[in-house]
This record gives sequence, structure tokens and C-alpha cells, in this order.
Amino acid sequence: MYTQALNASDAEDRYIEDADRSAQFQARIDADDRIEPNDWMPAAYRKTLTRQISQHAHSEIVGMLPEGNWITRAPSLRRKAALLAKVQDECGHGLYLYAAAETLGTSREELVDLMLSGKAKYSSIFNYPTLTWADIGVIGWLVDGAAIMNQIPLCRCSYGPYARAMIRVCKEESFHQRQGFEIMLTLARGSEEQKAMAQSALDRWWWPVLMMFGPPDKVSQHSDTSTKWKIKRFSNDELRQKFVDATVPQAYYLGLTIPDPGMKQNESGNWEYSAIDWSEFNAVLAGNGPCNRDRLAARRKAHDEGSWVREAAQAYAEKRKSRKAAA
Amino acid sequence: MSIASIQVSETPLVLYALRRADDALILGHRLSEWCGHAPMLEEDMALANMGLDLLGQARELYSYAAEVEGKGNDEDKFAYLRDVRQYRNLLLLEQPNGDFAHTMVRQFFYSGFADLYWRAMMKSDDAILAAIAAKSEKESAYHIRHSSEWIVRLGDGTAESHRRAQSAIDDLWAYTGEMFEADDSEWALIEAGVAVDPATLRSHWLKTVTDVVGEATLSLPKNDWMQQGGRSGRHSEHLGHLLSELQSMPRTFPGATW
Repeated sequence: MYTQALNASDAEDRYIEDADRSAQFQARIDADDRIEPNDWMPAAYRKTLTRQISQHAHSEIVGMLPEGNWITRAPSLRRKAALLAKVQDECGHGLYLYAAAETLGTSREELVDLMLSGKAKYSSIFNYPTLTWADIGVIGWLVDGAAIMNQIPLCRCSYGPYARAMIRVCKEESFHQRQGFEIMLTLARGSEEQKAMAQSALDRWWWPVLMMFGPPDKVSQHSDTSTKWKIKRFSNDELRQKFVDATVPQAYYLGLTIPDPGMKQNESGNWEYSAIDWSEFNAVLAGNGPCNRDRLAARRKAHDEGSWVREAAQAYAEKRKSRKAAA
Repeated sequence: MSIASIQVSETPLVLYALRRADDALILGHRLSEWCGHAPMLEEDMALANMGLDLLGQARELYSYAAEVEGKGNDEDKFAYLRDVRQYRNLLLLEQPNGDFAHTMVRQFFYSGFADLYWRAMMKSDDAILAAIAAKSEKESAYHIRHSSEWIVRLGDGTAESHRRAQSAIDDLWAYTGEMFEADDSEWALIEAGVAVDPATLRSHWLKTVTDVVGEATLSLPKNDWMQQGGRSGRHSEHLGHLLSELQSMPRTFPGATW
């Protein structure tokens, strides 16, 4: 509903595309200029960003569910407060990102409907279950760690509102990541049972986390244009390698074993990981992950059961407005 | 594998701090159950925020109780290792979230009271309790504003929201009387200037509640029967389930540090 007012004066004009405008636009990108909501942009750029930012927002919101699963069972009051605050941060990221997506001309309601109807994607990682408290540690340490790897370059993304959102999101995510690592450290220094809990969580999350960076470069669909528009600055494989290289010493420090017996360090110091099972990634993406149905059902339930509340707020606002006008 | 509950030496001051800490923890826990499931993202944020405020209050009060008791208990032992009969919170606060109207009415009834209560407690002769009160009052002032606005929106919104809000008021009204009760243990502290008599706050509370409920085109029940028991550990059936979830980790892994 906030998007209507934007660009009202040149609403028609902004959708006209010609070679001159496209060339000027690309020249601005090449000069590292920031594109702002009222600027002219190619329809495909708008579409790509709307898709990417809204998927990112959906991921934050769906991502509240696996971690929310442990808020009521957090093992100490300190952990409970930290986890509740963390999940609240994710919600804030979602709100912030929906607002950034709205600047491109699609309302939050429309974007949310696309997610609820299964037409829009969210990050597949959230289709895995959080079985133990250690999963909360691993999510902070690795899932947020991988998200940061992906998002730091987005702070320099060509679209202004997205880039600015990412600066704030990354700050909070890096705090979450340290929090997650600290949970893991406490488990690693704990009883044999706690150590086993930590190892089992790493075993279950490691491969899905590597898949978070997306398909290998040779099959990635979106990379070329996104790179040209400076939405994407590093390839999936580059970011994945950076993540692995940063994580291996951390796992070693924790006394945990990365579940990849074939992993070895090459001459240039990079850790070479074994082949990723992309059939699993594709299955989860197609809706067949362990929690796809649960996640969507939970979001739909919250949406449906909340509809009378949203309607009441709307009805009350309208009543108030008309009373004011009558007075 | 399980672990036995702790023993608590409930001197008047320890009991007093535990009662308020339990209020804050149990309501904070209930609000945290909404996280990820609220009617709109803004309410996910707000409910979590209020839950965090309450969790913070609980931690301060438990720590103070532990210090006063001096028996080696701490915030986590109080929260995780007392059973249902040892919990001292108001019955109102352990009531299930129900629909959004029930959650908001529960919040409205309690924070309307808590705001007045903590404001009065800022003058306590106990410096620690006065300091906790000063912080809690700031927080509950926001909670009462937030929940009052929702009571009006729901009551004066649609026919459905009106019906749900009225039914929440009718269901929860009988749990409001307990907020204003004080037993002998608490009277010792009231006479010493450490605590305040909650009964003195009732007329102010009732006026606020009546005004908001009136603006919302809702009404308060005529039935004045009030349920009691939370302060002495006679709870509703709901608390045991809440505690079995809340306490599952420390009860399953005795002595572990998390």
C-alpha cells in the first residue's frame, strides 16, 4: 500500500525502454553509481531485484520457525533471552527487506501471497529440522556464517535500498554468528553427551549449508546478468570456497570433525571439499525437504488465523478516519 | 534421567521476589510462544519485545531472590528446577495464549496493574527492588499503551473482533482479583515499607480498564467471583505443561552448563 505514491508523476514513463536509456543505465552501473527507487531501470533489473529481495525477506521470516522451535525450550534464561532477541532480529530483517522490495513497486501483501501460495521461494536451508539445542548453535555459527558470506558483497549492490538494508542486516548477522559459535564452544567444552550433540548437529547441517551458496557456477542460471548489474559480485563457488576456508579452522578449534573424510588442503591453502549431492538440493527445492510442508503450513496458519486481526485494525482505522472527517 | 527440584527457604523477601519473578517469566514465556506465528510481522516484533522485557525483569528478580536467600540457588535453578507447586505466579499469566484477543486482554489486565504497581514500588525502602521497579515501570508503561490500543481496535473493529475481544474479557476477568491480594508474608513487607499494598491500586486500575473497555465498546462482566491460588502454588492445569517444556533441557541433562 505504500508503493502507490512512489513515482506517481512518471508512472507511465518509467516502463518505456529504449537503447539509449539502457546504455545510460549500464554506464551508471559501470561507474559504481547507486540506483535509487525513482530512477529509471530496465524492467528485467526491477524483476530480478524484486525476486531476490523478496526471497531474502521470505527466508528471514520462514527462518524464524526452525529457531523459534527452541525458544520455549532454551536451556537457560540467558540463552532464552538471546534466542528470542535473535529471532526477533530476523523478523526485523524481514520487515526491512519487504520495505526495500516495495520500493520496486510490489506491495508486501502481494509478495507474501506469492510465498504462501508456493510460487516464491525462500532459502532451502530452513526446510531442515532443528532436533537438538546444538542445532541452534550450528544455525548461528554456520547458517548465519554462510548468509554473511553471501550478504557482505550485497552491501555494495547497485540498488541503493537493498545495499543499505544489507549493511544493517550484516551487522546483526555477525553478532548472531558469534553467538552461535559461543553456543558450540560451550557444548564442545561440556560433557561427552554435549560434545556428541554438537557433532551430530554439524553432521546434519554441513552439506545443506554448503548448498546455501547455490548451484555450481557452471549451471547457475542468474549469475551473468546479476554480475553485469553489480547485484552479484562473486560467484557461488567463490563464496562457497571462502566459507569453507574460514570454517575448517573453526571446527578444528571446537574439536569437531567436518563430515567430509575426503576433504584436503591444496597447495594454495584452500580446503577442497568432496562432491556435493545436488540431487538432495534439487529435491528440497522441489518441495521435498523434511520440513517444506511444515514451514509453509505454519506460515499459512499464522496468516489465516491473523486475518481477523488485520481486518479489525483496518476497519478501526477507517472508522476513525470517517469520524474525524465528520467531526 | 531426571533431576530433583530444589528446596527454597521462602522468607518473606525471597517469596516476594520469586512471586514477581515468576509473574514475569511465565508471561514472558507465553509471549515468546507467539514468535513466528503472530497475525502480522509488526506484532511478532512487539510480542517478542514485551517478552524480552519480562524475561529481563524475571532474571533480575530471581537473582535478587538468590542473593537474599543465600543458599547457592541462582536464576536458572529457580526457573528450571522448581515444580508446579513451587511456582508462585498469578493464575492470569499462565493462561494459554488462545487467540490474539485473549493474549491482548491478558496483557492489558496485567500491564495495567504492573504499571501502577511498579510505579508505587519505586518508593520501596529496598533499594534493589526500587531500582528493578523503576526499570519495570518504564517497560510496563509501553505494554499497557500497546495492549490498550489493541483492545480498542479489536472491540471497535469488526463484528468478529468485537465478539472475540468480549469473550476474552469474559474468560479472563475472574483471574484479575488475585493481582490485588496480599497474604501475611507480604503484609510483613508492606508494613516494613519494602512492598506496597496492591489493594490500594485497584480503583485506579479499574478506572483505566473501564475507560479503555468503554472506548472499545466492550463491557466488563457482572460476575465478581475471583479465582485464587497462584501465589501459594495452587495453579491451573496449564502451568504444568508450560513448565515441562520450559524445563525439559535442565531436567534431561542434570548439571550441564549451556
